[in-house]
Amino acid sequence: MSDRAGKTLSERVGALRPNPVVNTGLSLAPFVVAFALAMVVDTVVGPLVGATWTEILLDVGIAILLAGSLNVVNGYAGQFSLGHAGFMLLGGYAAAWLTFYGSMKFFGTWEPVGGFLGSGQLLFLGGCMLGGLVAAVFGVVVGLPSLRLRGDYLAIVTLGFGEIARVLGQITARQPKNVEQVAERSWWDLADNLGGAEGFSQIPNYTRLFFVYLFVFILLILAYRLKYSSKGRALLAVRENEIAAEAMGIDTTRAKVSAFVMSAFFAGIGGALYAHRVGVLKPTELGFQKSIDLVIIVVIGGMGSITGVVLGAAILVILPELFREFSEYRMIAYALALVAVMLLRPQGIMGVKELWETSWWRKGVARLRGGKRGGA
Amino acid sequence: MDDVLETTINTLAVGGLYALIALGYTLVYGILRFINFAHSDVVAWGGWLALSIAGVFGWTAAGGAPAIAVPVVLVLTMAVCAAMGVTIERLAYRPLRKAPRLNVLITAIGVSLLLQNVGILDGVFGNKPDTIRPLLANSVLGEVGAVQLRLYDLMTIAVTIALVVGLERLVYGTRMGRAMRAVSHDERTAALMGIDVNRVITVTFAIGSALAAAGGILFALRNDLRLTADASWVLLGLKAFVAAVVGGIGNVRGAAAGALLIAFVEVFVHRYVGAVFADKPWVSQLQDIYVFGILILVLLFKPSGLLGKAAVEKV
Repeated sequence: MSDRAGKTLSERVGALRPNPVVNTGLSLAPFVVAFALAMVVDTVVGPLVGATWTEILLDVGIAILLAGSLNVVNGYAGQFSLGHAGFMLLGGYAAAWLTFYGSMKFFGTWEPVGGFLGSGQLLFLGGCMLGGLVAAVFGVVVGLPSLRLRGDYLAIVTLGFGEIARVLGQITARQPKNVEQVAERSWWDLADNLGGAEGFSQIPNYTRLFFVYLFVFILLILAYRLKYSSKGRALLAVRENEIAAEAMGIDTTRAKVSAFVMSAFFAGIGGALYAHRVGVLKPTELGFQKSIDLVIIVVIGGMGSITGVVLGAAILVILPELFREFSEYRMIAYALALVAVMLLRPQGIMGVKELWETSWWRKGVARLRGGKRGGA
Repeated sequence: MDDVLETTINTLAVGGLYALIALGYTLVYGILRFINFAHSDVVAWGGWLALSIAGVFGWTAAGGAPAIAVPVVLVLTMAVCAAMGVTIERLAYRPLRKAPRLNVLITAIGVSLLLQNVGILDGVFGNKPDTIRPLLANSVLGEVGAVQLRLYDLMTIAVTIALVVGLERLVYGTRMGRAMRAVSHDERTAALMGIDVNRVITVTFAIGSALAAAGGILFALRNDLRLTADASWVLLGLKAFVAAVVGGIGNVRGAAAGALLIAFVEVFVHRYVGAVFADKPWVSQLQDIYVFGILILVLLFKPSGLLGKAAVEKV
């Protein structure tokens, strides 16, 4: 009591506030950690596994990014979305527009230029951010109907959105491919020249392990911190029972729209990475089927489980690669496996649990600890 | 004027096609409350099975098909597809009757992928496009002004009207129909009243798949048979599904009305809006956007669809 006496109210409130320096540091920690981990993947894991597996790891990372972002809206908030590929497409277009025309205008070539984090890669990072932001804006647009609609109807609206995005992509104008044509036109003027049905081609191939896993780790850390925060619990409450959540004082509107925005942002980045990996962004390849693929990863992994989605993405990308020679029967086996998993393990591989919440993981940890104690 | 008449006939033919497929979606949704994603693949299989059945009779050569070919193939294919739909329901959906709907949805996607990829195997339908057009000599029956009344269009309209009226009679005029409506309204209470719910669901799948087969054949008589794994079947299914939702899913008349509206938008609006903006060629490519745009508008302002009843939410 005595040390309160001498201070004013504002001083006492100020003392309760976290230290701004420490606080900023903690907020930045995920990004620093993600950067470090991505460096490790790029410099150690990449060379270790060789070229073929590097390619597969790239695909796995992009799948984790996309399915992980879908998991926020689908697994956490329980809002069923069938148009996730639409966000991917928008993000991919925005990023490809910036890097392709940027490369043509600034560097005079569409080929990648510059070394690690050189001018070319910085342009690419800017493209990823732009892709994420454009997709996030549309996340608001698609999230708003979710205020009125539930369940299947929302799924149908997102499906409609995805299809509209695809068709709009197909009717964009031809893409000028030589430096003079690009140089004489303004950025805004080029915004419609996205290649149409043939696809946006000659996208500089900047996607490498570092960038993919940088965003993957950022997403995973953010998703983890979200899940165990009050905001994340609000989303889980909306998923379990929207009316009860509202009665508990949760702003369900805000929760749902913010889930859509975060999800769309990372899907947009995922689309940007995808575009700069395959080099050609075809609207027909990012239609309904792609959205379904992403939903399958989330459901097989376990809706709402971060580790489940990572596992699901890894399994669903790597297995088809391994069975490439049985190309004809591969999809049949995949379809049968899908039905079998749904019949035998409807909650997915992980269910709603994380890896460290499963009983066998806990038993294993307990055994390890027990063993150490016994030895000491 | 001729132009309007021609576009109207076109609208009715396309709308009939959508209606046949939309009814399958709406019946299944009305009773099981899930989107049967495998439905568009039953449509595709309907088209291809028609080819196989016509092959058995030796009617696949151009000009080699008698007038009776189309009715025979239509009825046989509908029967085979009905059996197929019942089998799918029995093996894949029934074990999941109590599971969350998302699981049933994923299972339906699995079944859909299975049908698509089994269909393109060499021993099944193969991976080359084919056609069943020789089944129907596309003769012109008559002319009104400068407009040709084509056999195909009139047949599509006639088959659709016959099947939709038949279904309407079944749903609203028979004991089975009453049982279907009861199960759709409240499955548990229906079961308590002595209705065999499983039998009702079986019949629903049989009817839905038979209508899908009819839709598949009519579609294949107009367009060539694309591979079962081709995206065009999925898009056809999606549009029919949109029609079912726009009309009010779970509602037989709604599905027909929605199908006509979607066809109207696609054919009519496309025809005339495209003509107004003749200097902007991309406007004519917007028809899919109109369809999905209407879907979103209807869902936003009347989520239960044009003819659907608003559901009261119980806490």
